[in-house]
Amino acid sequence: MADLTTLTLAAARDGIKAKTFSATELTQAHLKAVEQTRALNAFITETPELALKQAAASDAKLAKGEAGALEGLPLGIKDLFCTEGVRTTAASKILSNFVPQYESTITAKLLKAGAVTVGKTNLDEFAMGSSNMTSHFGAVENPWRRAGDNRPLVPGGSSGGSAAAVAARSCLGATGTDTGGSIRQPAAFCGIVGIKPTYGRCSRWGVVAFASSLDQAGPFARTVQDCAILLREMSGFDPKDSTSANIPVPDFEAALTGDIRGLKIGIPKEYRMEGMSAEIDALWQKGIAMLKDAGAEAVEVSLPHTKYALPCYYILAPAEASSNLARYDGVRFGLRAPGSSIEELYENTRAEGFGKEVRRRILIGTYVLSAGYYDAYYRKAQRVRALIAQDFETAFQKVDAILTPTAPSAAFAMGEKSDDPIAMYLNDVFTVTTNLAGLPGISVPAGLSAEGLPLGLQLIGKTFDEAGLLKIAGVLEKQVAFTATPDLGGRA
Amino acid sequence: MATVNEERLMDGKTGKWEIVIGLEVHAQVTSNSKLFSGAATAFGAEPNSQVSLVDAAMPGMLPVINKYCVEQAVRTGLGLEAQINLVSVFDRKNYFYPDLPQGYQISQFTQPIVGKGKLTIDLADGTSREIGITRLHLEQDAGKSIHDLHPKMTMIDLNRSGVALMEIVSEPDMRSAEEAGAYVKKLRSILRYLGTCDGNMEEGSLRADVNVSVRKPGERFGTRCEIKNVNSIRFVQQAVEAEARRQIDLIEEGGEVKQQTRLFDPTRGETRPMRSKEEAHDYRYFPDPDLLPLELDPTWVENIKQGLPELPDVKKARFVSDYGLSPYDAGVLSADMASAAFYETVAKGRDPKIASNWLTGELFAVLNKQNLTIEQSPVSAGALGGLIDLIADNTISGRIAKDVFAEMVETGKLAKDIVAAKGLQQITDTGPIEAAADQIIASSPDNVAKYKAGNEKLIGWFVGQVMKATGGKANPGVVNEILKKKLSA
Repeated sequence: MADLTTLTLAAARDGIKAKTFSATELTQAHLKAVEQTRALNAFITETPELALKQAAASDAKLAKGEAGALEGLPLGIKDLFCTEGVRTTAASKILSNFVPQYESTITAKLLKAGAVTVGKTNLDEFAMGSSNMTSHFGAVENPWRRAGDNRPLVPGGSSGGSAAAVAARSCLGATGTDTGGSIRQPAAFCGIVGIKPTYGRCSRWGVVAFASSLDQAGPFARTVQDCAILLREMSGFDPKDSTSANIPVPDFEAALTGDIRGLKIGIPKEYRMEGMSAEIDALWQKGIAMLKDAGAEAVEVSLPHTKYALPCYYILAPAEASSNLARYDGVRFGLRAPGSSIEELYENTRAEGFGKEVRRRILIGTYVLSAGYYDAYYRKAQRVRALIAQDFETAFQKVDAILTPTAPSAAFAMGEKSDDPIAMYLNDVFTVTTNLAGLPGISVPAGLSAEGLPLGLQLIGKTFDEAGLLKIAGVLEKQVAFTATPDLGGRA
Repeated sequence: MATVNEERLMDGKTGKWEIVIGLEVHAQVTSNSKLFSGAATAFGAEPNSQVSLVDAAMPGMLPVINKYCVEQAVRTGLGLEAQINLVSVFDRKNYFYPDLPQGYQISQFTQPIVGKGKLTIDLADGTSREIGITRLHLEQDAGKSIHDLHPKMTMIDLNRSGVALMEIVSEPDMRSAEEAGAYVKKLRSILRYLGTCDGNMEEGSLRADVNVSVRKPGERFGTRCEIKNVNSIRFVQQAVEAEARRQIDLIEEGGEVKQQTRLFDPTRGETRPMRSKEEAHDYRYFPDPDLLPLELDPTWVENIKQGLPELPDVKKARFVSDYGLSPYDAGVLSADMASAAFYETVAKGRDPKIASNWLTGELFAVLNKQNLTIEQSPVSAGALGGLIDLIADNTISGRIAKDVFAEMVETGKLAKDIVAAKGLQQITDTGPIEAAADQIIASSPDNVAKYKAGNEKLIGWFVGQVMKATGGKANPGVVNEILKKKLSA
């Protein structure tokens, strides 16, 4: 039998339905890949027994002809999604022993659709980071390496483990969350597809919160079609999440018609940043040309407040995080570092439990919300956020989608930007705007850098127009015909 | 503000001082489940038995607003004749405390659900005053820290965590302890009428933060101190007195009042500092991103308004105008809805003043003595009405009626049955009365002579003798008439 891990999720689905192979066989193949690529540290918790049990249940259901949409398909779950009975850490020491008694809405939906979960994937601590270097459980290594260079590279972040696992073929797809680019940037760094849907499309219930007004879950997969399949199962109104949208979920897969003739693709002039590498610019121009070839029209648009997006994001996200992370106090669950008073218990627990980047963001967030600073920072950032959303609204009056690079560079080496938080934050420069505006964004592999590393292009869509966005992404994917795969060499 | 009322001033060594009081009342919303979770709210349950994942702030949990609690807040706002804000916003008030699982309280800061309103307080001297309501907002209660179960540890009960509270903030319009007490009393009465808070201060469903400052009449407001969590009307009044006295003494001794949060110690009758302004928390309020702004449909609000019950002030005015009651009695009878309903049942088709006298006199005395509520009254409204009917149709006298009432309380029997069983019917037949009168007159020649000589007051003695001879059952009016006739013959 051919290596089942080389299949796309769609092909695996069809193969299972056609009884070409069983869910158990498919799962075993992926569990083997999980084991073989363990050096990447993509998983915090592997759940092979659970996966095999789920696969056996899938096979039983298949035998009875009761298959769900994802029956028997092995997935990775970002360790930010609470999973009943399976440790959920958010890659933090403070939750290193936390086993939820509940299942997040999204994972519950995936399980109901028949998915098999091979493990909980690594991430930046509390999803705060762009390199997956801040995990308490160690950094994740990108399956890709620069040509002729053996230094390990970062997979991007925060959903680095999910991206690396999908790229390394230890699972057919994975869940991620995206607060400022945490799905799209790692997807670009690892040469796969990742979509952040519209804010409100996927329930946040049971997902450990980073910045509630920006957090949005979405899938990773190796193709646009696979992402469309997964997104449909993850989406939908959840009465337990007050910010969840009560609107129907279209059949995203069926929306992939391949026909984008006459569509207008916006090219934001402000995204040509100072100091942007020629390589990224060339990739962008190539993308524009490809979409034109497919019958779309490129239209210049202006998003004038783009330059304020990053500072705005790095005020609002930490502000919300400083409050969201207050519950990790050592009182009810998670790590407790004793102290002689309640203040000491708090201080010891949080000092020991949170890593440096998380502490930095809690401090920033606490500062910007403090009396006397609120107006200058938080309130002003909220106003900027409204202006950014307004920019997009105006642009979308004349275009159907917007094309930008996903990240300012290809994957960098571990430790390359760790000393400089600002340089690290710049990774999000093209992605944060969509979170601030609540819009859907997708990253599609669009080529290789001179060093042989994957580069991604981002498409941004209208509110709740994931179907339209996926359709254009599908066309771009076809035009690019990205076939490169990471050489796992000695690491697999 | 109103003109200074001399009588409400407090004496100091340097002259008279005016006390300025504003109240923040926390009223627990009457609802079966919590403000943002489905957990139950019943009082007195086993510790930590009414705690949902949301209340315990488990990772990834999200709040969902309880529509009924919103309705209750709107109803309360309407009852306070306040502006209902069709858009309001929930904010997070951030601070660390073990009984606050989220590390923040969800509250409303800049955009509360209810804006300006008013409430009328009734004072002992029969006057009324209007007190402004600044706002009402919805917020979560915290859990309970129990410090005395373990020598070194604090126990936490999260049953109350997340229960809906209405914080009702008054303008600094009150000027005496009595007014502060009257405010809480009236507010509680309105809340109970509306069914939005049970007003039970012993169980903590209603508690007040009392803001007190003092000033010389006509001067600007002084620096205020806030006395936290006062849990009875009596303590509210005592706390005002104690704190005003403290501030006056302090200023008169050359000191300065510092803005502080204080606690009232009822056993020592004094307030003492909790934390100063410098130690005050920076709550870092910001809009809760887990909740969208709360938008109300004006039609929905209007429907709630249409369903409001008649409130105490309107009812009181009606009792005065329709039943001819004194404002005082009308106020007493309308203070709570059950008493008012009881009264109206008794008064229906009967003399409303007699009905009022029986309620505020005999019945309330019995209820107070036995520590019963009007709902637990051993005599029903119908039964009391039956008793009053027997007086009205001259079956029994008012004096006998009191004995019958006592027996009704005791046995739960109806007045007519007691009267029949004991043969207490009033004697209106003149025959036996005349016979008794003749006998008394015959046996008391001295008093007859005195009466005839002009001592007419003696008629009372003769009446008493006849009543005694007839076992109290004779109609006193008839006795009087017969005796007068016979003595002047």
